Amino acid sequence: MIPINWILFLSLSLFSIGIFGVLARRNLLFVLISLELMLNAVVILFVAASRYHEASVANSDGQIMYLLVLTLAASEIAVGLSLVIHMYRQHHHLDIDKLNKLRD
Amino acid sequence: MSLSNLLLVIPLLPLLSAIILLFCNLSRLWISVLAVGSISSVSLISLFLNFHFWQQTDFVLTASLGNWINIAQLNIGFGLYLDSLSLVMITIISGVGALIHLYSTGFMFEDKSFKRYFTYLNLFVSAMLFLVLADNLLLLYLGWEGVGLCSYLLIGFWYQDKNNNLAANKAFLMTRIGDTAMAIGLFLLFIQLGTLDIQAIQIKAHIVWSLSDNTIASICCLLLLGGAVGKSAQFPLQNWLPDAMAGPTPVSALIHAATMVTAGIYLIARNSQLFQLAPDVLYIVALIGTLTLLLGASAAMVQSDLKRILAYSTISQLGYMFLALGVGAGASAVFHLMTHAFFKALLFLSAGALIYSLHHEHNIFKMGGLFKKLPVVAVSFAIGCSALASLPFTSGFFSKELILEQVIASNSIGLWWAAVLGAFITAFYSARLFFVVFLGQAQLSPNKTPTKAMSIALIILCLFSLLGGIQPSGLTALMPPLNADNLTVLQHWLPIILPFIAISVAWWMFKTERFGKTQYSALKGIHQLLKSGWAFDQMYYIIFIQPFKFICQLNKHDVIDLFYRLIEKTSCVFHKLFSKFQNGHLRSYNASLVIFCILAFAWFLSGELIK
Amino acid sequence: MLDTIFIITAAVILISALLTITAHNVVHALLYLVITMLGVSLVFFLLGSSFAAALQIIVYAGAIMVLFIFVTMMLHQGEKSLAQERHLFHFSTSITAFILCSILFCELAYLILLTPVETLSSLSQAQYSPAITVKQIGIQLYGPYSLLVVISALMLLSALITAIHISKSAASIKIKPEDNNL
Repeated sequence: MIPINWILFLSLSLFSIGIFGVLARRNLLFVLISLELMLNAVVILFVAASRYHEASVANSDGQIMYLLVLTLAASEIAVGLSLVIHMYRQHHHLDIDKLNKLRD
Repeated sequence: MSLSNLLLVIPLLPLLSAIILLFCNLSRLWISVLAVGSISSVSLISLFLNFHFWQQTDFVLTASLGNWINIAQLNIGFGLYLDSLSLVMITIISGVGALIHLYSTGFMFEDKSFKRYFTYLNLFVSAMLFLVLADNLLLLYLGWEGVGLCSYLLIGFWYQDKNNNLAANKAFLMTRIGDTAMAIGLFLLFIQLGTLDIQAIQIKAHIVWSLSDNTIASICCLLLLGGAVGKSAQFPLQNWLPDAMAGPTPVSALIHAATMVTAGIYLIARNSQLFQLAPDVLYIVALIGTLTLLLGASAAMVQSDLKRILAYSTISQLGYMFLALGVGAGASAVFHLMTHAFFKALLFLSAGALIYSLHHEHNIFKMGGLFKKLPVVAVSFAIGCSALASLPFTSGFFSKELILEQVIASNSIGLWWAAVLGAFITAFYSARLFFVVFLGQAQLSPNKTPTKAMSIALIILCLFSLLGGIQPSGLTALMPPLNADNLTVLQHWLPIILPFIAISVAWWMFKTERFGKTQYSALKGIHQLLKSGWAFDQMYYIIFIQPFKFICQLNKHDVIDLFYRLIEKTSCVFHKLFSKFQNGHLRSYNASLVIFCILAFAWFLSGELIK
Repeated sequence: MLDTIFIITAAVILISALLTITAHNVVHALLYLVITMLGVSLVFFLLGSSFAAALQIIVYAGAIMVLFIFVTMMLHQGEKSLAQERHLFHFSTSITAFILCSILFCELAYLILLTPVETLSSLSQAQYSPAITVKQIGIQLYGPYSLLVVISALMLLSALITAIHISKSAASIKIKPEDNNL
């Protein structure tokens, strides 16, 4: 069977790649894309955790968690993309560095 | 109406009239009637008390207005105490006070603050009566502060002129220094003796302290002396009195000649038994008196302002009284106080009449030859000056000779020669004053004659200055004089012929027109020094005021404030630092999240590693 | 054999993820993201969670990514966008982010390496459990986790309303002044 370490490393790497995307990209769409990557990484972890659990009976909690994360991702993307559209209509660009009026 | 109740009325009556004058708006006539009437009634009461206690030397009359402070051992009441010393004082205060009030109705008639003037004046007389009638030192201190306040109010009476305010401040602050010393003395006395009742102090002091163990007694007496020095304008706190002449002339007569400045002498005379425990302090009193005597007399020789001559003369005569107190002759000191009140008030009131007639001219070198035009004033002035110079058979003669005899009887020959020199200078400047103002060429002519009220007051005071040279017997019973039987011929006759010598010298100088002009440049420096009152003002400026201003200049940016400004600056710095975190950049917020996660994991890992 | 498949799949996931975030073209990035999701789905299969795998492809790669692509098509402006994007993203400007992420990666890797060897062997015993059927998941959803289903439904509803409201253009939300006099 697959050693759990490998799955952990996969999840970790995907997650850090996602974080790098969120921090480094200035286009709002790319930020949302990187956010999706992070969510995927976390979801791998959940499913693997339920698979490798010590219970004698098989555990479906991980997949149910996956369902919820999926719902979350869907709603988040819906709202996020509508905001993207709104921003594009107002400013005609998608650069988040230019959105800095909420300060002193 | 028992005698105790009569005693209670004495200080309360002027207080009541002051309050009525303060709150009611009366016409000039009624204000005069009320003010003069209250003081005259007090004067009549005191005369009645004099008749009642005639030829009794050992009487004591007490009364009480109620309780004041009652905490643990501190029991102070509004008690009044009358013995021969207080009786003399209230007679002088009320008598001279009544005459000055009468005079003021004429002098201040055209002034628009007539009501305020008499309010203050009545308040002053009431405070002074409390001072001399108090049976405990705290009530005395209350009266002391009251007269200080009224002096301030009356010196700065014409407050629109800034110089008057400055003079009033100066008087108040300098007497304040003395008052603080006196307060500390009061605290010390209370701690040591447990009571502030005057008679109780005199007795208890002899029990608790003795002549060989008198350090604390000397300190207490020294502190009380400090208060007396401030109030009575002695060295070193004497330079407020010449500037206090900025007030109206009747005020100068009442406060700065007859009554307030005598409060210091009253204090020491009242506590004479306490002072007997500290002979060193008495010696210091005598020295201060002698020094002030010479200081005042020499300064009065060269002044050109009429009232300043009289002010310096007051300082000098008060020095005589202190000298008498210092050698142990309290009775003659109070006797001189009495005669001084008469002739100095006379001089001041005549000066006031002069100033009134000559339309507020103060410089004597602008006056001259007024003998024929203002006869009443001239005669009063003549009588006053002769009493001041102690010409034979004036009241001043008797009191001053008595002081000189007592000085000899106490074996202080040096002090006697200084006092004799002072007497010479006194006679000299009184003659100078009279000659320059009233004889010679007429320069200014008077446009007003003194009113009837003023003339009556002057005439009555003339009579007293001539005939008032009788020492009250009660005083000698309270403060026994020294034995003055063995006087040499010189010591007996020199003080008598000295005034005549001085007057002739002054006559010669007047005839050769040496007054008012200084020919020799060497003398000019001395002339300047004497005229400024031995440069005490300048000296105090250099010693006290300039260093203080320098220190204030150093502290211009308020050292203590620096600490608070540091706190403020620190918070501003932190504000600028922290506000950089809120820059509106989404990515920096994300980065801060990641950094926090890194730090949290690092902390967790370090925990793992340590295990 | 499963190990090798897993390693290949993991490699595909990571490479396409890297390509996603460093792409200049949004459409390319989205396509690479779809490949990543397919790889993730394969990992689910390898872990015995067939339901999750199917859902991943149907919903995630099939609906959510399509939504992304729709919006991108709406906003993409051809060569101009590409030029803009090149201007926005450059490796030299992302050094700080790279450092931060690598630090985080190293820390967490170290944390993973700290786990003792015994747990690994005990966890590997779970390989012999049977696969989970959809029926079992359905029973769980309608039983213990029914509340979660309702809540997620509410969340979807609120997302729906929000998305409609925000993306209305400003012109269509104006209230005509005459309507106030009713």
